Amino acid sequence: MAFAHPLLTRHSVLPGFHLALGFTLLYLGLIVLIPLSAAFLKTATMSAPAFWDAVASPRVLASYRLTFGASLAAALINVLFGLVVAWVLVRYQFPARRMVDALVDLPFALPTAVAGIALTALYAKNGWIGAWLPFKVSYAPLGVFVALTFIGLPFVVRTVQPVLADLRGELEEAAATLGANRWQTFTRVILPVLTPALLTGFALAFARALGEYGSVIFIAGNMPMVSEITPLLIITKLEQYDYAGATAIAVVMLVVAFGLLLAINALQAWTRKRQGR
Amino acid sequence: MSAFSSARRAALAFAAVVVLAAPAHAKDIALLNVSYDPTRELYADFNKAFAAQWKAKTGDTVIVKQSHGGSGKQARSVIDGLEADVVTLALAYDIDEIGERAKLIAPGWQKRLPHNSAPYTSTYVFLVRKGNPKAIKDWGDLVKPGVSVITANPKTSGGARWGYLAAYGWALRQPGGNDAIARDYIARLFANVPVLDSGARGSTVTFAERGVGDVLMAWENEAHLSLKEFGADKLEIIYPSSSILAEPPVAVVDKVVDKRGTRAVAQAYLDYLYSPDGQEIAARNFYRPIDDKVAARYAKAFPKITLFTIDEVFGGWTQAQRTHFADGGVFDQIYTRK
Repeated sequence: MAFAHPLLTRHSVLPGFHLALGFTLLYLGLIVLIPLSAAFLKTATMSAPAFWDAVASPRVLASYRLTFGASLAAALINVLFGLVVAWVLVRYQFPARRMVDALVDLPFALPTAVAGIALTALYAKNGWIGAWLPFKVSYAPLGVFVALTFIGLPFVVRTVQPVLADLRGELEEAAATLGANRWQTFTRVILPVLTPALLTGFALAFARALGEYGSVIFIAGNMPMVSEITPLLIITKLEQYDYAGATAIAVVMLVVAFGLLLAINALQAWTRKRQGR
Repeated sequence: MSAFSSARRAALAFAAVVVLAAPAHAKDIALLNVSYDPTRELYADFNKAFAAQWKAKTGDTVIVKQSHGGSGKQARSVIDGLEADVVTLALAYDIDEIGERAKLIAPGWQKRLPHNSAPYTSTYVFLVRKGNPKAIKDWGDLVKPGVSVITANPKTSGGARWGYLAAYGWALRQPGGNDAIARDYIARLFANVPVLDSGARGSTVTFAERGVGDVLMAWENEAHLSLKEFGADKLEIIYPSSSILAEPPVAVVDKVVDKRGTRAVAQAYLDYLYSPDGQEIAARNFYRPIDDKVAARYAKAFPKITLFTIDEVFGGWTQAQRTHFADGGVFDQIYTRK
């Protein structure tokens, strides 16, 4: 082919590379790119000041702080405790281990509204957990964090679990015979291997939390300037038939989320390179 | 030539037979009524009665499907292509939008049926805990320190907008009342609101099941339903001195019924709401009937309080929407001014 690029002509054992690539691009275009570009097109109908008004009013700014802040905090907590859960599931044999393992997937499967209502009921002042807490969880920003932690957990556990399972015990034994203490074995031997998986889990949990709507609106209380998440403001704008304003906020979220995910990917590539892989 | 005309004659005859024969054997008709949140029970009742009446009258079986949700969201679904034969929404404004944005409903729809196309009315009242521990009697009590008020978000809930306007209108109509005083009142009221659910049903659950708040601003029919649902030993309805006259309107969606050929039955469906039977069903479901005779029979269920209309006090929905609920309007200023 005249326009053949060295990258495209590298032959693999399996045929059909061009077909597969073409299909992939078409598929991504239909499923991802076209709907997203519709958001950009709708936003393009706005004048610059109108766009700025829509995406930078105090209420919207407050919602960015809550959405990005709570998503970040929830994803970080999930990295920490997700690692612990994955560790326990991989390294220890105990009764009902398979049950616990299946339990981890529940936040994937449960309709988010159900999760939201259940969490709200639990953490309300008259709920099983809320009654014992001296501070408010339901109907406060903390509730947003709780809901986002709930939905994000499986992402970290499921990305870390297989890597941890592949990590052979001999590696730790070797470290021990070479005189490493337990802390050194963990930080110098185990953690570097897990870091890319942890980063992926973090990115997935974080991205999912940014867009989460169903479970959060029940527990948040939705007070302007305090506990309104950005997706709720998008719905609020739609409710007023302000389609352009709604997509404008969506575009901002999209761009920021994409930037953050890109940064996380870069970080991941960097850690891989540093490990010489 | 003659062959052609005879073929045409045959076709015409066939068509005539089909047209004549059609009413002879009963049809199955499906209607879709797109409505707002608190009308579930009303229309579940009403649809049964209408189907029976239509069957008796025409022999056709009509099944009315229901869709419920926030009024604005429902209107948007219809705009975006949900094929509703009739819409029965919380606000005339939402039906206006269907007419203006999607051109599905002819302008002037509100004059096509009596009483501004509102076959029943409702109002906004208070639901408090049994014994009324915070002694809430009127709108003025909602801004007292230590009183926690539950309402849905007026930006997302049509019902909550009626409640907001009822409160604002009360403040405005007090002796010496003006816009500045009313704005201050409404700001203090919302300072007492700890949770803003996105819909009226959500705030009922927050109040009745989660035990949050001292008073719920509620649709009159929702207040009665809550009493039935959660027990009259737990909750109590309080009627303020005045409130707003909510007129939830109904309309046939012209483009859809013409396309589906369901205009006659859709029209009959709405007309039946105005019949004594329909009015009786509305009253049984705690909507205020507009028929005097039915209203007289249910006088005890609907205490007489001063009801002002949105046209009187706010100059209509469009005006109220623009001043109070649009982005940057009075409601937004409550939260961004501090």
